[in-house]
Amino acid sequence: MSEQMINLTIDGIPVEVPQGTTVLKAARKVGIRIPTLCFLEEINEIGACRVCVVDYGARSLQAACVLPATNGMKVKTNTPEVREARRTVVELILSNHDKKCLSCVRSQNCELQKLSLELGVADENTFSGEQTAHPIDDGSVSIVRDNNKCILCRRCVAACYGTQAVGVIGPVKRGFHTAIESAWGMGLSDTACIGCGQCIAACPVGALREKDEASYVWRMLGDETLHTVVQTAPAVRAALGEEFGLPMGTNVTGKMAAALRRLGFSKVFDTDFAADLTIMEEATELVGRMQNGGVLPMITSCSPGWVNYCETFHPEFLPNLSSCKSPHEMMGALVKTYYADKVGVPAQDIRVVSVMPCTAKKYEADRPELAGSGYPDVDAVITTRELARMIKSAGIDFVNLPDEPFDRLLGDSTGAAVIFGATGGVMEAALRTAYEVLTGETLGNLDFHGVRGVKGIKEATVQIGDLALNVAVANGTANAGELLDAIKRGEKSYHFIEIMGCPGGCVTGGGQPIVSAQDRMARDPRMVRAQALYQADADMPVRKSHENPEIKQIYRDFLEKPNSHKSHELLHTHYIARPLYHEGAR
Amino acid sequence: MKSIAELEEIRKRTLQRINLRREDKESEVRVVVGMATCGIAAGARPVMMAFVDEIGRRHLSQVTVSQTGCIGMCRLEPMADVFLPGEEKVTYVNLDADKARRIVAEHVVNGRPVTEYTIGNAENNKQQA
Amino acid sequence: MEIFRSHVLVCGGTGCTSSGSVKLVDRLNDQLGELGLDKEVKVIKTGCFGLCEAGPVVIVYPEGTFYSHVQTEDVDEIVSEHLLKGRVVRRLVYQDKGDHPSVGKSLSDIEFYKHQTRVALRNCGVIDPENIDEYIAFDGYRALTKALTEMTPQDVIDEVSRSGLRGRGGGGFPTGTKWKFAAASKDDKKYVVCNADEGDPGAFMDRSVLEGDPHAILEAMAICGYAIGADEGYIYVRAEYPIAVKRLNLAIEQAHEYGLLGQNILGTGFNFDLHIRLGAGAFVCGEETALMASIEGHRGEPRPRPPFPAVKGLFGKPTNINNVETYANVAQIILRGADWFRTMGTERSAGTKVFALGGKINNTGLVEVPMGTPLRTVIYDIGGGIPHGRRFKAVQTGGPSGGCIPARLLDVPIEYDSLIEIGSMMGSGGMIVMDEDNCMVDIARFFLDFTVDESCGKCTPCRIGTRRMLEILNRIVEGKGEEGDIEKLERLATTIAKTSLCGLGQTAPNPVLSTLRYFRDEYEAHIRDKRCPAHHCRSLMQYQIIDKCRGCTACARVCPVHAVSGEVRKPHAIDQDKCIKCGACYDACRFDAIIKA
Repeated sequence: MSEQMINLTIDGIPVEVPQGTTVLKAARKVGIRIPTLCFLEEINEIGACRVCVVDYGARSLQAACVLPATNGMKVKTNTPEVREARRTVVELILSNHDKKCLSCVRSQNCELQKLSLELGVADENTFSGEQTAHPIDDGSVSIVRDNNKCILCRRCVAACYGTQAVGVIGPVKRGFHTAIESAWGMGLSDTACIGCGQCIAACPVGALREKDEASYVWRMLGDETLHTVVQTAPAVRAALGEEFGLPMGTNVTGKMAAALRRLGFSKVFDTDFAADLTIMEEATELVGRMQNGGVLPMITSCSPGWVNYCETFHPEFLPNLSSCKSPHEMMGALVKTYYADKVGVPAQDIRVVSVMPCTAKKYEADRPELAGSGYPDVDAVITTRELARMIKSAGIDFVNLPDEPFDRLLGDSTGAAVIFGATGGVMEAALRTAYEVLTGETLGNLDFHGVRGVKGIKEATVQIGDLALNVAVANGTANAGELLDAIKRGEKSYHFIEIMGCPGGCVTGGGQPIVSAQDRMARDPRMVRAQALYQADADMPVRKSHENPEIKQIYRDFLEKPNSHKSHELLHTHYIARPLYHEGAR
Repeated sequence: MKSIAELEEIRKRTLQRINLRREDKESEVRVVVGMATCGIAAGARPVMMAFVDEIGRRHLSQVTVSQTGCIGMCRLEPMADVFLPGEEKVTYVNLDADKARRIVAEHVVNGRPVTEYTIGNAENNKQQA
Repeated sequence: MEIFRSHVLVCGGTGCTSSGSVKLVDRLNDQLGELGLDKEVKVIKTGCFGLCEAGPVVIVYPEGTFYSHVQTEDVDEIVSEHLLKGRVVRRLVYQDKGDHPSVGKSLSDIEFYKHQTRVALRNCGVIDPENIDEYIAFDGYRALTKALTEMTPQDVIDEVSRSGLRGRGGGGFPTGTKWKFAAASKDDKKYVVCNADEGDPGAFMDRSVLEGDPHAILEAMAICGYAIGADEGYIYVRAEYPIAVKRLNLAIEQAHEYGLLGQNILGTGFNFDLHIRLGAGAFVCGEETALMASIEGHRGEPRPRPPFPAVKGLFGKPTNINNVETYANVAQIILRGADWFRTMGTERSAGTKVFALGGKINNTGLVEVPMGTPLRTVIYDIGGGIPHGRRFKAVQTGGPSGGCIPARLLDVPIEYDSLIEIGSMMGSGGMIVMDEDNCMVDIARFFLDFTVDESCGKCTPCRIGTRRMLEILNRIVEGKGEEGDIEKLERLATTIAKTSLCGLGQTAPNPVLSTLRYFRDEYEAHIRDKRCPAHHCRSLMQYQIIDKCRGCTACARVCPVHAVSGEVRKPHAIDQDKCIKCGACYDACRFDAIIKA
């Protein structure tokens, strides 16, 4: 059946679009970018802010983001009335916005700031009047909420409630006093917030940001009695360049390592090494579960947002979670044992900093059970954004840095590890190793296309010798919840599942550079950034975790074999069911 | 569950009971019973009840019974006036329950005043006596 | 069956209930029992009569005697005189106010009712709303029977369309068209919703219908369900209407017993059921999409349309939603025909409209008049004019988002379109009369204060824009207005009206826009001359004692802050520094010696 087409004119220019297309999208087809603020494609389409109003001859102006194109429609997007209305709306928003632009983390990447300039706001105080005042909620280890900057676009609510099915924030009170808060005014830390940071990624202004740990890292770096090492997650290299004006999808692995060295870290390690290690441990665990009648399906545990979600919303699946720590925690445990021995520095003098695309990692690093050496595996987690800020404040000329390698011992990695950053990557990496371990044969084609891509839930059956392995991949916790519900209802059955807390996986994690709603419409960061990782994988000389020479070395010298007693001590963990609301929170 | 016929039955039955509340009473028949102290003492209450009962029994939904005060001829109580649309009022005197029922049957239903109970007849008789 | 010679109707509407009508019923029954009249006289608690100002109201049939302000102690006299001896208690009979006071013996003699045409309110105050039989007696459920047995769903829609009935909740959208759209949507499930979230301050026609004639709504919703192909409906009613909720529940129960709701209604195979949902008092929940969100259990906030409810409504299913008064006309239209309905009202606005008359007017209450009736008729003939011989200044129609209409437009006929043309609107039918003592800036500020309070906070213009307007108005009435404020108000008002997400925001600036249109000089006086022409705004007025003062000391005695001084029998004076402008002295003076300046 062919799609029904709609013909309309926008500012006099004819355009043909499929039925159901909004005026906003139809206008983009003819090169008109109608300004938006509350709109976030497929996530928040509620026509609330009224910045995108257009005139099509109705009694009132209509929000283009939710206005379906109809045949014969004559839309005007730039009449004096429309321009005045948009400007007035932005001026009204500014009248109740804490305009501390000079010190705001979102300055120069703020959609409101950009709109004010574009729409010609001459005076940000035209409609000054009473402003609502809110305390800053900084009780969470992952996320800080400053409602004084909130413009009530609801994008965070849609991300939390819809995309992530967590729903711990929503509008409370009404009218001028409306605010986005948790139930009964609880702080985020008292709620079932999983710390994924998708709310931050959705926020057009500076009302949401990560809990800053950069200043803590600066202090470590300034303390000469400490031996501070850093590691970087796979997804960071696919996005960090955007903070320095490089095009989306630029792989900046070498410049990143160089920059970290210039910041003063004693060693620059790669979490990718630990990702390979995770594959060794996890693939072995899966084979063990399958051979010994263990709990299946086994579900990956490298995404801390997902682990939090599982502990809070689906504790019945905790036995299904792989006992493997997430890669950076494995790395931390090894740095404070294996590496500490090698360099002869006592563990208590070592600090491990993780650069992560993730805000939930901050919570994960705080978990008391993640201290394999007797000291916390990881001492500080900074997001990709925080690293960028550190590099900028250090005056490092990032774009013109030479490419440098990671440090040896815990720095070597494979193509299997680098794709961890994209949804389906862990699954693909695990399949490459599981296949060869189980069959003893060499895998011909290493690319498992069935588990790639940004679809919410992907399924595949992989023939490994006699075994038809049923696998599934979910990204975003709403999709995860849907998949788990289907399993509970008995509609689905799998051997192995990869779940990533964030839609698109780590490349679009809550700690990654923020892409504006308008840019998201132009290209999908989930795909563009993932492509950088898949390209890196394709370019790697070694693409299977079990072939990583440093992995072979560490098992030979230290861990003995996957799932050995030692690796259980250092590399594995356990989970705890958590209540939806913390006791006494009210 | 009610059928359509049952519904119609309920309608008719209830209407008769509450019809006196309608404001559009141009075509109505009114029976007005004297119910002052003198009337009540002379037995107006059973008369009134007989009117009400007989009218109800005959499903005369366009007839109302109301009461009025003393009209000054206490010796002729119980008295009642019957108003038919477009006709002179007829005043009945020295009523009792049976007379009331007969008035309903003959005058209210069939339009023939019961002359032997009317005030004119009573006064004539008195003069002759 | 029991026949009673006399029926005593006691108003059980909210107004009369709160002034003690329930006690009247008890007392009447006691007294009738004592005199042995309980088999002859029946006491019925009805819905609202409309003339709430005269409450508690008691009507005695068959005479139709209209007693007003009846107190418990008056009951004995009504029983012993009227009900026992047939002697009307003259002192309690309602007396017309206004220019031609007369003692009305019965309802139809009273000015307040004489000019009314009661269609939506036809059973209010006439039947016992808790007795389905009485509704049936006055042709209740005959329209449903007719629709189900003699008409196709299309016939029903055609009849409603031809009648010209338009939404009585404010929008004025043609009801038949609405039904047609919902009928045209193909789906296995559809809903009929009744908007009984009457939120306009002072408007209570929907409450009156629900309290006085609940079955009329049930019947209309069932007819609508048949017409559009829905088998389920919701009545969304304010929790602040406990009597209405109780009677609706009772009515639904009785309709179920009679098989007029539920499965296989009247043996025709048509199924229809109703649920009640209570609103928690948010004004915005009267907006249809917010109302449906609230029924679904979400925060009551509007969403953009399209999609319209007829396509995607309650629980995502095609839904027809009308308000109470609209539904209250439906059964009559089906039964008596579209042509009959069109005999009332005007070409563009057929039928009647109920108004809640309030403010500076003699007869406050509910009135139902044919569309096209001039405002003047409603205010002077029915409403009895302005009390205390003061001068009429403006009438505000359409609730808090309506506009103020000045005296020179009093002959404008009341129609949807004509009201919009003069900067106001029909709204749900609030009608608030203002006299010369009302400051129009303050009136605008008052209404805007309401919408600011009731804004849901979803869209920017309504959330912040109305607030900023209110801040400017607050400044102006406090004497702190600045040059440019009027222009700022106009810019904000235009943007808010043009860009708000829902009707609440789009109409919120109306009180300001209409007063700026007709009473701009009052704004200018406040801003430029720091003067309130109506001597209303406290910051801009003074109480002064003029030479009419006889030195009676009444003012000095009532002043709570001892701002009045003077010797007995000598003119007094007010210390303006002390005066808090409470107006106590003004009210106390018997010699008109205190003036507002």
